Amino acid sequence: MGEENKSSSIRPDLDAYAAYLKSESCRPVVEQGREYGEGPLLRIKLVDTIMKLCQANSLWPMTFGIACCAIEMMGTGMARFDISRYGSEVFRPSPRQSDLMIVAGTVNKKLAPVLLTLYEQMPSPKWVIALGNCAISGGPFKVKENYNIIEGADKLIPVDVYVPGCPPRPEGLIEGILKVQEKITGIRHPIPQNRHPKSPLKKIKGLRVK
Amino acid sequence: METISILPPELIRMVIAVIIIISFLFLNAIMMGYAERKIAGHVQRRPGPMEVGSHGILQMIVDGVKLVGKELLIPFNVDRTLFRVAPLLSFTPVILPLLVIPFSEKLQARDLNLGLIFIVTMGSVNVMALLVGGWGSNNKYSMFGAMRAVAQSIAYEIPILLSLLAVVLMCNTFSLKEIVAAQQNIWFVFLQPVAFLIYVVAGLAETNRNPFDLPEAESELTAGFHTEYSGMGFSLFFIGEYTNMFIVASVATVLFLGGWHGPHLPYGEYLGVVWFFLKVYLLLFLMIMVRWTYPRVRFDQLLNFAWKYLVPFSLVNLLITAVLVKL
Ligand code: SF4
Repeated sequence: MGEENKSSSIRPDLDAYAAYLKSESCRPVVEQGREYGEGPLLRIKLVDTIMKLCQANSLWPMTFGIACCAIEMMGTGMARFDISRYGSEVFRPSPRQSDLMIVAGTVNKKLAPVLLTLYEQMPSPKWVIALGNCAISGGPFKVKENYNIIEGADKLIPVDVYVPGCPPRPEGLIEGILKVQEKITGIRHPIPQNRHPKSPLKKIKGLRVK
Repeated sequence: METISILPPELIRMVIAVIIIISFLFLNAIMMGYAERKIAGHVQRRPGPMEVGSHGILQMIVDGVKLVGKELLIPFNVDRTLFRVAPLLSFTPVILPLLVIPFSEKLQARDLNLGLIFIVTMGSVNVMALLVGGWGSNNKYSMFGAMRAVAQSIAYEIPILLSLLAVVLMCNTFSLKEIVAAQQNIWFVFLQPVAFLIYVVAGLAETNRNPFDLPEAESELTAGFHTEYSGMGFSLFFIGEYTNMFIVASVATVLFLGGWHGPHLPYGEYLGVVWFFLKVYLLLFLMIMVRWTYPRVRFDQLLNFAWKYLVPFSLVNLLITAVLVKL
């Protein structure tokens, strides 16, 4: 994954901003057992559960493809893989209407302010998936001579789920979305899912497939 | 003209009608949203929403609840009043046309003798909402979207009116109930095929549906006029759009497809509503199929098509109708 970035600075003008975004006070996601801010006047457990179920099952991603990983993201929306099965095929072009930012590609210093702005423009609750090695750690572009790469989207914004690969397979992205669902609700399949056809391997006797 | 009575029996009837219509609006938006996503899926050879509920029927409800729970952002530089008014302006006026639409012989909230004009007028208020929303957002994309919406709506309102006038000339009334009653023997779609075609095409443009969805063209304008709206603001626009589609389809049904007429049913004066809804949803299905099959037109093509083809054709059609009626 390349060597450690010597200077921890991303871009002088963005450092403080990124630090603020990553600080606890700005963290909009209500994680398990921990709640930030004052919260609502009245908190009813059942309502919370239902809300989380609904949020988990309609994660609308933002149309935000940066580099080659975006091709895999498009592939995930298309016929063979189809994330619409989990209700997240509604790629909203405007950050105001999306819940999930899929950072699909290389983040460099020129893109950093754009990424931050877009993240800021999303209304909470919002989640982030870092798709591909570039978005996780700079990937193949992290070499000594390269001066403008940012080693991972998590240097800028809080990332919920990392999907490794260069590029990751569409199945990987689907698994990433399921992981976000798991993170929101705390259980793997929030609404009884997976009525997929059984694996054809199951028909072969003596073969153990889970 | 009858005086509009505001005494209790009539008042209660109207209140009940409005409540039913508002709940129907939401139901319609949920059904249409689900149908849209499912049909889009099948057009592209994928299953569409599948996991939330059996074959994903709960998907739209889940989405709705999520949208309610989203943060309502009001950006820093917007015109606050206009920004807040716009979604309401897009959602409220769509209730009114449904009050005069005859769902069956007896199921009609109020039979205005100027019903058709009332519907067309209320349909134009929707454009105001887009303009107000786009202007108030103080965003270049919203602004472009709103301007396009206005230009498009002015261009397409004319062929709509002209094609509807041809029908009005034939049965000599603006009351929707009497227009349907006049189609007892033959539907007007057979007498006025050109007007019907023009109406359907212009209706697609009027509701900002693909291939005429330039006000919210995703590839050029981010999300068009509702770029800055989040949560419920966005979903009110969305419900307004689906209701507008429903209104356009039901006006087409009333004027051209014989409204509640169909094979005889017991309690025909009430159950005619079955035929009505069947026709309306067939038209809506057609609209959705068009959206997922054809690419978007360019803006000059859109305006050229309206002014160079639709308007002259509907004028000629109107003229021929007038001459024939007079003979
Ligand atoms: S991880 Fe690989 S495939 Fe993805 S953006 Fe980087 S170089 Fe491209």
